[in-house]
Amino acid sequence: MAGVEVVSEQGFRTDGRKPNELRRIRCKQGVFSHADGSAYIEQGNTKVLATVYGPHEIRGSRSKALHDRAYVNCQFSMATFSTGERKQRPRGDRKSTEMTMHMKQTFEATILTQLYPRSQIDIFVEVLQADGGNFAACVNAATLALIDAGIPLKDYVCACTVGFVDDVTIVDINHLEETNHIAEFTVAMLPKSEQFVMLEMSSRLHLDHLSKVMDMATKACKDVHLVLDRAVRDHVSEVWQQLGNT
Amino acid sequence: MAVDLRLSCRIKQKPTTIYKEPDHLVTPGDVITTDTGFMRGHGTYMEDDKLYASVAGTVERVNKLICVQPLKSRYSGEVGDVVVGRIAEVGQKRWKVDTNSRLDSALLLSSVNLPGGELRRKTAEDELMMRQYLSEGDLISAEVQAVFHDGALSLHTRSLKYGKLSQGTLVKVSPSLVKRRKTHFHNLPCGASVIVGNNGYIWISPTVNEEADSTGGFVQDLNPVATADREVVARLHNCILAMARHRMMLSDTSIIYTYEASLAIGSLVKDLLKPEMESEVVTMARERLETES
Repeated sequence: MAGVEVVSEQGFRTDGRKPNELRRIRCKQGVFSHADGSAYIEQGNTKVLATVYGPHEIRGSRSKALHDRAYVNCQFSMATFSTGERKQRPRGDRKSTEMTMHMKQTFEATILTQLYPRSQIDIFVEVLQADGGNFAACVNAATLALIDAGIPLKDYVCACTVGFVDDVTIVDINHLEETNHIAEFTVAMLPKSEQFVMLEMSSRLHLDHLSKVMDMATKACKDVHLVLDRAVRDHVSEVWQQLGNT
Repeated sequence: MAVDLRLSCRIKQKPTTIYKEPDHLVTPGDVITTDTGFMRGHGTYMEDDKLYASVAGTVERVNKLICVQPLKSRYSGEVGDVVVGRIAEVGQKRWKVDTNSRLDSALLLSSVNLPGGELRRKTAEDELMMRQYLSEGDLISAEVQAVFHDGALSLHTRSLKYGKLSQGTLVKVSPSLVKRRKTHFHNLPCGASVIVGNNGYIWISPTVNEEADSTGGFVQDLNPVATADREVVARLHNCILAMARHRMMLSDTSIIYTYEASLAIGSLVKDLLKPEMESEVVTMARERLETES
């Protein structure tokens, strides 16, 4: 991708967005009837499906049961057709294992697990189309699915990927921008209390720029929260009405 | 064999209605109150003297207690609830039963009526016989006897109306569609019995004569069921599925109304699974419920 500048002289990115502009987010809760909770999210061309089962009795080995809180089981997978080049296997490679671990840590910090001792909560996310910011989209989808399942959370978990290139911070980077070797920042945060639950940085960044990048990421996560909250409120209102309440 | 193929773009899209947001709707992380005079109920948590919501739903206040009830969640049992469950495991002096709860429920050997109604002598033999009474995969109806401190349920079947279920169909719906009522066992006029479990498990079976059933439900009647009866059961099954998909509350009246609506339309049992038929039947039943109540 040599020769293509990430941000043009006029201040626009390759897909025509401004540096602080998110991609369009479309989401839907309750897409599966057999799961306890499910959600589908599109962030631009990144499409993710999340399902949540539980809290239920520990399946598999009993030794995983925790006597004071619930055990959170995550699985991150990418469909073989999700990337430009067909993937060999959907899960189990090093990258997916790492993503799974990050997801688990993120949600163990946010779910009020102490309410469900000796139970298990399963979170399955599947990337259907990967166009950058996969982890962020997965976290957002899983949050919606958990809310749909009625599992108590401290707050929404909103995630966003932020890039830093040529003194400019760009939010919600897509695949094209990811391939340009820019400094990449993935944050997951609780937007209302402004607490960070996960932060990952993929390359070096000068300390002077850090606060600027963090501010931008916070702003982006809060924007994501607004969109998700609107979707949840609409969904709850619809279900509320259908259940025969006025 | 004929296959019914439709393009998804041809299915009539439901009109996008704007739903009015209910009062006191909260989502996770919303501050409910900063007043410290309130008690923390389900679906809320306290931090820095503020009361936050942890689930999405509407705020319910009973005197000083504030709760938020999610619209969909796992079954949380209360003593006296009627449940339908499936045996998951046979253990030491107890069966583990899957009841859609957050932990498997326990059915103690001491809280079942043994076959023939004989009194249990506490011997090692009947512990070894446990798998003969109920084995993995069997369906039972039971009542919640107690709730353990960790939230698991203890069941009992010490009544002739509870026990092993023999021939019929199970439908699983969301527990929030079932309200607690005086009775959950219904003999419908169409010739089927329905057990509407509080846990969202619904058992539909052809009605059998009461007087033949005096064994406490441990002997399964495996005689073939007449086709007409099977059709009634299947139609009820599809009606309840349609109701669940449209989030209609399940009670004996609403089930009968939906069943009769499906008959009035004259649809085949299998056609009830089509989305457009589903919504038509449910809308008819809803309208009738509204006019007659």
